[in-house]
Formats: sequence, C-alpha cells, structure tokens
Amino acid sequence: MSTIRSLEDLKAKRQEILDRKAVAKGKTIINVSLATCSIAAGGKVAMEAMQDEVAKNGLTGVEFMQSGCMTYCYAEPTVEITLPGKTPVVFGGVDENRARELVTEYVMKGEPVEGIIPVNYERVVL
Amino acid sequence: MAATTTEKKQLRIATRNCGFIDPENIDDYIALRGYEGLAKVLTMTPAEVVDLVKRSGLRGRGGAGFPTGIKWGIALGNKADQKYMVCNADEGDPGAFMDRAVLEGDPHSVVEAMAIGGYAIGATRGTVYIRAEYPLAIKRLKKAIDDARDYGLLGENIFGSGFDFDIELKYGAGAFVCGEETALIRSMEGKRGEPVTKPPFPAQSGYWEKPTIVNNVETFANIPAIIINGADWFSGIGTATSKGTKVFALAGKIQNVGLIEVPMGITLREVIFDIGGGCPDGKAFKAVQTGGPSGGALANKDLDVAIDYESLAACKSIMGSGGMVVMDEDDCMVSVAKFFLDFTMDETCGKCTPCRIGSKRLYEILDRITKGKGTRADLDHLKSLSEIIKDTALCGLGQTMPNPILSTMDTFADEYAAHIDNKKCPAHVCTALLTYTIDPAKCTGCGLCTRVCPVECISGTKKQPHTIDATRCIKCGACYDKCKFDSIIKQ
Ligand SMILES: Cc1cc2nc3c(=O)[nH]c(=O)nc-3n(C[C@H](O)[C@H](O)[C@H](O)COP(=O)(O)O)c2cc1C
Ligand code: SF4
Ligand code: SF4
Ligand code: SF4
Ligand code: FES
Repeated sequence: MSTIRSLEDLKAKRQEILDRKAVAKGKTIINVSLATCSIAAGGKVAMEAMQDEVAKNGLTGVEFMQSGCMTYCYAEPTVEITLPGKTPVVFGGVDENRARELVTEYVMKGEPVEGIIPVNYERVVL
Repeated sequence: MAATTTEKKQLRIATRNCGFIDPENIDDYIALRGYEGLAKVLTMTPAEVVDLVKRSGLRGRGGAGFPTGIKWGIALGNKADQKYMVCNADEGDPGAFMDRAVLEGDPHSVVEAMAIGGYAIGATRGTVYIRAEYPLAIKRLKKAIDDARDYGLLGENIFGSGFDFDIELKYGAGAFVCGEETALIRSMEGKRGEPVTKPPFPAQSGYWEKPTIVNNVETFANIPAIIINGADWFSGIGTATSKGTKVFALAGKIQNVGLIEVPMGITLREVIFDIGGGCPDGKAFKAVQTGGPSGGALANKDLDVAIDYESLAACKSIMGSGGMVVMDEDDCMVSVAKFFLDFTMDETCGKCTPCRIGSKRLYEILDRITKGKGTRADLDHLKSLSEIIKDTALCGLGQTMPNPILSTMDTFADEYAAHIDNKKCPAHVCTALLTYTIDPAKCTGCGLCTRVCPVECISGTKKQPHTIDATRCIKCGACYDKCKFDSIIKQ
C-alpha cells in the first residue's frame, strides 16, 4: 500500500477513493448490517440468500457491502439498498424469503416491498 | 415496529459512520474525511489541541463525565519520558452495548482519536483494553490498526510531522471491576485487576507509573468530529453543563430495542416514547434504570427531565455509560434491585470489607423481602447499610452498589411496603408471595390445568368448576399459563 506522508497525500488518496466510488454510482448497493447482534439475528443468512439470488438471475451491477450496527436491533437483520440514483432504503426483519424477494421485487423491478424502516435521525457527515 | 415521529429526535455524532461504512475498509473511512482530524492537529501545538477539546465541553462518556480536555491537560502538564493513551473498551454494564457497536461499526474513528489524544498529551503509545468476549470488535479493530499502519497513519513520523504513535490491544477477561480505570491499569500490567486509591490519578501516575489517560470508546469516537467541525460547533449542541450527544442502548421492555444517539437535553419521555416506541403489548411504563448497577430507577415523575449529567443526578440516578433498561407494570422493583445487587455481589473484587460482605448482606435482606419474610426493621437496615457502604468502599463499584436499592426504596416505597406489610408482590413477580385460585364463574371444568399441575393439587369433576389446594400448590404457574378461559387468578 502507498504510504500517506502529508495532508496533501491524504486528500489525493481521498479523491482517488471518491472517484472510484463515483463509478459505482450506476450500481445497486446492497449493504447488510453485520454487527454481532445482526449476525446472530441472521444477517449473514440474508446476505448469502441475496448473493445467491443475484447470481441466479444473472444480475450485474449489484455490489454488496457489510457494515456495522444500523441501530435497529429490534428489526434485525437489516439491509440497506441503494438503487442507482435513488435514496437508500433500509429494510428490517430480512429473513431468507424476504431477502430473495428484495432482489426479485425491489432490486430487479423497483417494486415496493414491506418492512421499510423510516430514517429517524440526523447524522453528522464530516 | 412502532411508527417514529416525523421530527427527527436523534443526532448522530459518535455513531455517525456506523452502518454507513464497511468497518473493515479503511478507504471507506477516508472517504468520509477520516484521518483529516489527525492531520489537522499535527499542525497545531499539543496545548492548542487540549484547549480545543476543553472548549468543546466534551465530558467522558464512560460514566463519571469528567471533562476530557481538562484530563488531557493534566497529562500534558506532567513531564515524563513516556506517556500512555488507553482506550477503555471493557463495557461491563448489564444491558449496554454502545462501545461494541462503535468498535464493530467504525473502528477507525477510535484509532484516529487515540492518535490525536496521544499527540495532545505527548504519548507515543496507545493501548485498547477490550474484553475478550468481543471477538468481532477485536477482529475489526485489529484490521483497522494494521491498515492504518500500512498507510503510515500509525507508526513512525506520521504525516511527516515527526510524531510517532502506535496502538496495541490487551484483552480483559470480562470482570466488571476491570473497567474501573485503576483496576484496568493494574490488569494491563499483568496484575490482579484490583482498584487502588486515587490520588494519584492515572493522568499523574498510571500505567507503569507513567502519566496515562484512560478514555471511553464513545468519548474517543466524538474526537475526530470535534477536531474537524470545531469546538463551537460541538458546544452548541446540548445543555449548559453537558455538550454534544449521548449514545444509549435501549433494552428491556421497550418496543424499539437498540442503539440511539440523542442530543443532551432531550427528555426521557422523548427517548422512551417517541424514539423507543414505549413498552410493548400496550403495557404501562413503570421505570427506567440508567447507569446500570451504579445507577438508579427513574419513574413517571421523572419523564420530563432533560437528560444531562446534572439533572439525572438530581433525580438520584446517573448518566452512566448509557445502558437504559426499561421496566413495565409487570416488573417488581424489589426484584430489580435484587437483580442488580446479585450482579455486583458477583463482581466485587473482594478487596474491601464493606463491598465484599456488604453486598452479600444487602442481597440477603432483599431476598428475605421478596420471600415475604421481610420486616420494617429490614428497611432501616437496608438504608443504613447502603449509606455506610457508599461512604467506606474504595472504588466506584462499591460506592455505587447501593444506588439501585436507595433509588427504588425512595420512588417505589409502596412496593417495598406491600412486600413487607401485606406479604404481596403488586407486580405478581415474587413467586413466594403469589396465590393461585380458580374463579368458579369462569372455570368450564375442562380439566387442562389438572393435567399440567406437577403436584396434582387441582381437583374437580368434569364440566364443574375446579379448585386449587393452596397448601400444596408450589406456585409454578403452569396452570395459569395453560388455562384457555382466564379462570386462574394470580394474586
Ligand atoms: C466498577 C466500574 C466499572 C467501570 N467500567 C467502565 C467501562 O466498562 N468502560 C468505561 O469506559 N469506563 C468504565 N468505568 C469508568 C472508568 O473508571 C473511567 O472513569 C473511564 O474509563 C474514563 O473515561 P472517560 O473519561 O472517557 O469516561 C468504570 C468505573 C467503575 C467504578
Ligand atoms: S469497592 Fe468493591 S470492587 Fe471496589 S475495591 Fe473495594 S471490594 Fe473491590
Ligand atoms: S384449565 Fe381453566 S377452565 Fe379448565 S378446569 Fe382448569 S381452571 Fe377451569
Ligand atoms: S401453580 Fe403450579 S402447583 Fe399451583 S396449582 Fe397451578 S400448576 Fe399446580
Ligand atoms: S448493536 Fe444491534 S443492530 Fe446495533
């Protein structure tokens, strides 16, 4: 890895990362909460089911990522899906069936699927 | 899932990145201006950094709420050949998981903040003391440290500034007392995790007798945001004495269990009802224990109190580290006090007599009361013993251990009285004080209860009301759970 030696280096690095992320803008991003409790509630199962469904349907342009606590312990497993150009939406209680449905209905057709958790916080973005 | 109000009550600073970045990908963190705070402080003098943190008004989130900048200033002022920056990730409070969530969701913010603190006080070495029961947090933290080191953001000559700083992990076995900073330091030195008297404070003489700053995970998580957005921004949020936000872990009888982060000054009512959705199954809210075993129970009368360090203390509770255990009408407050005592009794290190033996005696009295064998004199004993322990215990564990008792005795005096004078548990929790009877008007004589009663003390003929022989009933509740006609009365 390249060493970051100065603030300028850091800013250049950041720009490079942002450019890379901009390319991903045209993609669907499926972000699965994988903190200890989300995993215990079945987060990995949901992730695998969605990966399987994406593969089965031969979808390209879908990227998976893991994150930590989405703070909705009562609704775990939770999955955040960002369709290209759309606001991210968080779904709760994503068991295996719901996970597959999210891919076939929401990701593939943009159809609304039950279990959307409304955003209830403001967040400081640095 | 309860609906949330349209007005957003939560403000996320410490948990700003949790759920939004891949905690195992340093680039995700850098994309959100990660490590810019560190780069910025390296252009300032340590005294300027300390001053900035002081002006922000940030207070320690681990429980005591000591101003972070003042603590850093003490360590900066103490000259030494080596100083240490320690992150307290021991998190032992029952019901609390804020620190785990931050470490699992955004480990780099803690890594960056430790380096910032290290620069501010003049430390080149940092240690995260983390409980071994947090394997995922450990894994992600380790990766964060390795990746930061690979990028040159930890190690020698960071940002070409000449500042060296590196972080190692030390594992705790998960003893509650090891979260107390002097015990934590002794545990880091490979000794028994027993507290020692203060002063000297760790900022004067800590790890290997060198100036050492111990800060909580959440305290650290606020630091990069404060550095980038400035002291005025942070001190503009919150109340006069308590700035910024606080992360709470809502647990117990609450609809929306989980982590929340709210600005200081929000009321308990907003937290429990607007954000938490109130108690499930339409049950009535009864109390909320803040501060875990060191805290107290807040009741209906306290719901409109604005949450900050001072007002919670005025209600005989504490902010604590952020565990909030909610209780509803089905909870017995004497049993709740007993539950927390049971915890501290197990966790006392045994070094001092009031704590070691006092916890046992307190527990015995509470146990007696829940079994219907308590007397009025027991109440006096509970009170005087509690006060003596508070005054004479060496560390915070013993000094705060009686708090759940004192606070429930104060707010729920009638419940204690019911257990003692009427031998009744109003919440129907204390088994020994319950009686099971059958309402003849409702009983259909289906006979289901006779089949489940383990001691065969229910009798009756088919299609006729049944009866329970109270002298033989062991109060197991099996009949109550089974009866489809609500004919069994539990009192
Ligand atoms: C019995 C006991 C347990 C404690 N456990 C923790 C803990 O798990 N995590 C923590 O950060 N502080 C804990 N503390 C508080 C620490 O002693 C110390 O005040 C804190 O880590 C300082 O950091 P802060 O100023 O950032 O809050 C505990 C204190 C006591 C008395
Ligand atoms: S008060 Fe309790 S936990 Fe603290 S040192 Fe004394 S015996 Fe140990
Ligand atoms: S189960 Fe209920 S209704 Fe049936 S006999 Fe027992 S008390 Fe009566
Ligand atoms: S409470 Fe248990 S022991 Fe008592 S009558 Fe019911 S089933 Fe029998
Ligand atoms: S720790 Fe449970 S989702 Fe947050």
